[in-house]
Amino acid sequence: MTEILHSGLLQRALLEIVVLGAACGSLGVWLLHLRQAYAAESLAHAMLPGLVLASLVGVPLLLGAGGGVLVTAALIALATRDTRVGSEVAVGVVVTTAFGLGAVLALSPDVPVGLDKLLFGDLLGAATSDLISAGALALLVGVALVAGHRRLALAVFDPVAAPSLGVRPARVELALLALLAVAVVAAVLSLGNLLVFALLVAPGAAAMRLGRSVRAQLWLAAALGAGAGLLGMVVSAELDLAAGGSVALAAIALYAVAALVRPARAGRGAPRRSPVEALGAGS
Amino acid sequence: MTATVTATAAAAATAAHVTVAGLAASYGAAPPALRAVTFTAHAGQAVAVLGPNGGGKTTLFRALLGELSAVAGTVAIGGATAYVPQTERSRLDFPVSALDVALMGAYARTAWYRRIGAADRALARASLGRVGLAEHADKRFGALSGGQRQRVLIARAIVQDASVLLLDEPFGGVDQTSAEAIMGILDDLRTEGRVLLIATHDIEQARRWDRVLCLRGEQIAYGPPADTLSNAVLEATYGAEIVMLDCGHRAVAIQHHDHAH
Repeated sequence: MTEILHSGLLQRALLEIVVLGAACGSLGVWLLHLRQAYAAESLAHAMLPGLVLASLVGVPLLLGAGGGVLVTAALIALATRDTRVGSEVAVGVVVTTAFGLGAVLALSPDVPVGLDKLLFGDLLGAATSDLISAGALALLVGVALVAGHRRLALAVFDPVAAPSLGVRPARVELALLALLAVAVVAAVLSLGNLLVFALLVAPGAAAMRLGRSVRAQLWLAAALGAGAGLLGMVVSAELDLAAGGSVALAAIALYAVAALVRPARAGRGAPRRSPVEALGAGS
Repeated sequence: MTATVTATAAAAATAAHVTVAGLAASYGAAPPALRAVTFTAHAGQAVAVLGPNGGGKTTLFRALLGELSAVAGTVAIGGATAYVPQTERSRLDFPVSALDVALMGAYARTAWYRRIGAADRALARASLGRVGLAEHADKRFGALSGGQRQRVLIARAIVQDASVLLLDEPFGGVDQTSAEAIMGILDDLRTEGRVLLIATHDIEQARRWDRVLCLRGEQIAYGPPADTLSNAVLEATYGAEIVMLDCGHRAVAIQHHDHAH
């Protein structure tokens, strides 16, 4: 425990994971309310080739992650133009293709960063500049969620009447997906391409069981996300386990506790929406 | 969006009106879902909008809200317009209180970096009081009955300070007590000089309002209920879906609630 507090490297990583956990946690509440969890998973996975290419070329990984997200979004938009294919199938094809391409690239001997670091993150090994920019992006997500709170609430609660109340739900959903991309880019270096999903969904899902108002859910999710980060880091340092995996497991464990405390009620929910329907909603 | 909808938000309620001339509206490049609509509703008038599913009620509302551009004709609206949806269209699992929902009426005039003002908070509480739900302000919206939820959405339109209210089936799935309460509220709003357009399936109820607009892809009739609700007009509006009762004095439309546009 004292070891964590005295090592500069660990302090930095702790601060980073707390900021990331809070931002991803509260973003997750909106993703779940808007039924966009599938989009979160797709974007996180499909940016792998971007990460690998950045590593090959020698530019900051953050740039690769950003590029990967943009290319994925464009490919998804393109793939779903073929209306004969279902939108979720189209996303699946794009994501699998991108992930496969990334794996092939990453296994070439020229890649300086190992595939395992890209997939599972490297919380302790990331460069200071990467950590600072990731922290800044996470803060940006938090500020945007506060600023857009009322618009998001209307887009979720009453998309039919929202335009007459000054809010265009399609634009709000696109903005949320853009924030999701920012958050994934911010978190991917620390948690990796596979594990970032846990921090995006588990704290939000737990908070939605516990919080009785939207604000309470958002604050709870931020606290749970930050808590999962802290808990995971401490466990990983004490037991010498992988940091990203420990954080992901801690987030899931917190969700399990919430599920036990407040079991799900049988209720009617809106039908699940695919990310593509949301992407296409703007046109 | 073409500039065929002119709304003057600051207009006083007495200037409220809806003037539609030769309107045709369509979804994208499709042929018009609604055409040849011409009517004027003045301040203080409540208009029942009748028609089969797919007859153009939703299309008309969306055109009046400026969400659909007119392919032909013009729409002129005096005053701000509020849309009061069917309550089951909203997400009942979303944890907002009745007061939260009423406050949504103030969102458009509140800058994103400000809290909702004290005056608007007071107005939201007063509006819930007007619809008889003062003591339910802090209850969860999804936990209210269908009729109570409908009244909360009307309170939201009052907070919006709308001169024109477009109500989509306000009596659908509502118990008798709530239906009478809603009827009273709508009467009050009409007396204040607002214009109400009420999409409904209930021909009997349409007789209560000042005007009736019958739609079936185009305008079949518009005028006072006594002139409009004739057997000939109702048959033209509903076609085979109409059932005549009481030797033609009462008519009932058979509807299928599939919620298609």
